[in-house]
Amino acid sequence: MSTSTTLEAPNSGTWDGGNEPLKASYGKLMMWFFLLSDAFTFGAFLIVYGLARHRHTPYTGEPEAFTFSTEWWPIPEKVFNAFPGLHGMDLPLAFVALMTMILILSSVTMVLAVEAGHRMDKNDVQKWLLWTILFGATFLGCQAWEWSHFIAGTEEGMLLADGSRIYGASLLANQYGPVLFADAFFFITGFHGFHVFIGWTLLIIAFISTVNGVYHKRGHYEMVEKIGLYWHFVDLVWVFVFTFFYLI
Amino acid sequence: MATHHEHDYSATGEVPKPQTKAIWRTFIILVGLTAIEFLFAFTMESSTLRNAIFIILTVFKAFYIVAEFMHLKHETKALIWSILIPLVLVVWLMVALIAEGSYYYDSITNYFK
Repeated sequence: MSTSTTLEAPNSGTWDGGNEPLKASYGKLMMWFFLLSDAFTFGAFLIVYGLARHRHTPYTGEPEAFTFSTEWWPIPEKVFNAFPGLHGMDLPLAFVALMTMILILSSVTMVLAVEAGHRMDKNDVQKWLLWTILFGATFLGCQAWEWSHFIAGTEEGMLLADGSRIYGASLLANQYGPVLFADAFFFITGFHGFHVFIGWTLLIIAFISTVNGVYHKRGHYEMVEKIGLYWHFVDLVWVFVFTFFYLI
Repeated sequence: MATHHEHDYSATGEVPKPQTKAIWRTFIILVGLTAIEFLFAFTMESSTLRNAIFIILTVFKAFYIVAEFMHLKHETKALIWSILIPLVLVVWLMVALIAEGSYYYDSITNYFK
């Protein structure tokens, strides 16, 4: 800040603050350790999903003959097989494949924005941030559709022993299988979606600051880099959610 | 940013050319690994082997995201280990709770038989 108030030389010795063993700024380190703690949270979520799954019977019959039942854990391919605009068609995992691609693409545009920031290229930072915001919004929209479809359910629903049927899913009952299946879906994908939304908000703030030249005046685009770390982490979590929730 | 050299580009006013080859290469690897996952999902019957393949491919994808996109590969050794070593706890929790889940299932199914 003010250079006139002190004439002291900056500390440079190992034991008086001049040592920088991790060679990363305070903000980036704190982001890394926050992400580590977040990894524990998501790890716990996915592990509890594994626990719930091992606590229930797996479906052992032919995949073609599969029906929804509270007796066994559902096969993800039979639950997530709808695509917007293509009603009634069996397209297993097609929509989640699209969502995965969108998120990986957004990660690439994010890292391109960080790269442009290193070169102090304001126009490129703006361009790539805008692409990332666009892909982030598309992903959130996809997730909104996925949720509303999951909640509304299919036309057949699930046939209960007393002859009645239940449709769709809530926290208390769902047509796809055991209660915990829908609970895990809401908690895990919901918590991930919440992270995407936070990251998306941060990206918009970073975009406005970039357009106003805040980072250029500051002399570095480290804020874009820190938000980038967070955004990549969100992509990383999705990679795990995708494997453990949709593939296995 | 251990390997990143600071340049004062603003002083000269010129903007250097982008260096994006490594970024797009990582992107292609990630898309390729995802495509392989889908290939296994549709051509192979569900089994422990298939799950193991999925998990191995996932770890590879995670490595590329963290190492290249999050730049951890190019940080100092101390930072890399400070992030990776605590994650061992997650692995422990996974082994413990999944074993517990199987036991829980076995005991209640036998109890109510």
